[in-house]
Amino acid sequence: MIQLKNISKHFGKLKALDSVTTICEKSECIALIGPNGCGKTTLIKTILGMVVPDSGSITFKGDNILKHWQYRDQIGYMPQMGRYPDNMTIGQVLGMMKDIRGKSEGLDEDLIKAFSVQNLLNKRMGTLSGGTIQKVSAALAFLFNPSVLILDEPTAGLDPVASELFKEKILAEKDKGKLVLITSHILSDLDDLVTRIIYMQDGKLIFHKSIEELRQDTGEERLVKSIAQVMISNYE
Amino acid sequence: MNKIIKYVITDILRNKIVLIYTVFLLAASFSVFSLEDNSSKGLLSLLNIILIVVPLVSIIFSTIYMYNSAEFIELLVSQPLKRNTIWLSLFTGLASSLSIAFLIGAGIPVLIYQANLVGFTMILTGVLLSIIFAAIAFLATVQTRDKAKGIGAAIMLWLYFSLLFDGLVLFILFQFADYPMENAMIGLSALNPIDLSRILILLQLDVSAMMGYTGAVFKDFFGASNGLIFSFFVLLSWIVIPVWYSTLKFNSKDL
Repeated sequence: MIQLKNISKHFGKLKALDSVTTICEKSECIALIGPNGCGKTTLIKTILGMVVPDSGSITFKGDNILKHWQYRDQIGYMPQMGRYPDNMTIGQVLGMMKDIRGKSEGLDEDLIKAFSVQNLLNKRMGTLSGGTIQKVSAALAFLFNPSVLILDEPTAGLDPVASELFKEKILAEKDKGKLVLITSHILSDLDDLVTRIIYMQDGKLIFHKSIEELRQDTGEERLVKSIAQVMISNYE
Repeated sequence: MNKIIKYVITDILRNKIVLIYTVFLLAASFSVFSLEDNSSKGLLSLLNIILIVVPLVSIIFSTIYMYNSAEFIELLVSQPLKRNTIWLSLFTGLASSLSIAFLIGAGIPVLIYQANLVGFTMILTGVLLSIIFAAIAFLATVQTRDKAKGIGAAIMLWLYFSLLFDGLVLFILFQFADYPMENAMIGLSALNPIDLSRILILLQLDVSAMMGYTGAVFKDFFGASNGLIFSFFVLLSWIVIPVWYSTLKFNSKDL
C-alpha cells in the first residue's frame, strides 16, 4: 500500500533518514520503534508530505506522492503534539476539518462518543489539557474513515480508560482492512496491537519483521523484552 | 481555498489588535481632517501618518500572526490540500483583513472629506501598502523558523523602507552629485514601495515642495499620468514577487 524506496533526509549535518526502504501493506498494524531521535517522526512526516525527502521515492497505492496531495484524503494523522489555533473551539475545529475534507456523511464518530468530546464542543483549544487535545487529535484522525491511520505517540497523554478504548478502536479498524502505523515508546501498549515491527536507529531501518519472527529470533514471548534485547544489542 | 480564507478572516477580525488599529486610524483621520481648515492639507498630514503606520502594523502583525499560526499551518499541510492553496489562502485572508481595517479606518474619513481623485488614490495606495507589507512579512516568515529572528527581520525591513532608505538615497546623491542622476533616481525609488506611494499621491496633489528630490525627478521625467501608471505597476510587482517567491519556498519547506 505504501512503498518507500531509498528515502534519505538531512537536517543540516544531521542525517535524519538514511536510505530507508520498506513496504507497508493493508490489514497490518505496524509499530515504528527506536530510541529518541532515530527518525520515526521524520519518516511519518515524509509519508504525509510534510517533510520533503532529499532523495528516494514514496508511492501510495502505486502513485508517487511527490507534488501530490489528494492521497492525503485517505490518511488519518494523529500528531505527537496536536496543536490547534488557540481561539477556536473544539466544535469549530471539527467543523473546519469537515469543511476542508468536504465530507459530512459517513463519518466515524465512535471516538468522539467514546471520549465524550461532544460535551466539550464549546471549549476553546487554548484552554484544553494535553490529554484532551490528544483525544481531539485521535477523534479527528479516525473521523473520515481513512484507509491508512498514522498515529504518532498516540497513547502518551491519554488516561487508562481512554487508552483502552483507543486500542480497541485501533484493533477494530485493522480488522476492517486498514493499515495502521504507530510509533510509541510504551511497548506494553503495543503488545496485543501490532502485527509487524519496524526498528529504526540513527535514521537507518534496522529491520522490518512480523511479530512472530521477532519472537522466534529473540526467544522472548513479550514484545517489551524482545525489543529491550534488540535495543541493548544496538546501544552504544 | 475559500474555506481557509474564511477561517483566517474571521479569526483575524476577532483579534483585538486589528480592532485597535482600525479605531486608531479612524481617530487619526478624523482629527487630522477637523484640525485643518483646508481638507487637502489634512490629506497631506494623513498621508504622512499612513506612510509610517500602515507598513509598520501590516508587517509586524502579519509576521507575528504567521508565527502563531505555525501549528495551524502544520495541521493544514497534513490534510488533503495543496501547499500553494494553503499559503495563498493565508495570504489572501491576512491581506484582505488588513485592507478591510484600513478601508474602514482611513477610507471612510477620506471619502467623507476628500471624495475626489486624490482621495481615491490615497485609499488605493494605503490598501496596496497593507498588502505589500503583508507579502514582505510572508517572505520573512518563510525564511526562518525562529520567531525572534523573523520578527527582528520584519522590524529591520520596516526601518529600512521608512527611514534608512531615504538616508541612503541622500548619501548616493551627495556622492555622485557631479553626475546626471535623474534616471538612476527613478530606478532607486522603485526599490522602495513607501517612497513610490508617496510619489503616487504627491504627483496628483501638485505640492512639489513636499515631494523631495525623487518625487521632483519623477514628475519631470514622466509627467503625471505616465508616472502614475509606472508606480502603480511597480507597486503591484512588490506584491507579486514576494508572494511568488515565498510560495516557492513554502512548497519545499519541512514542517
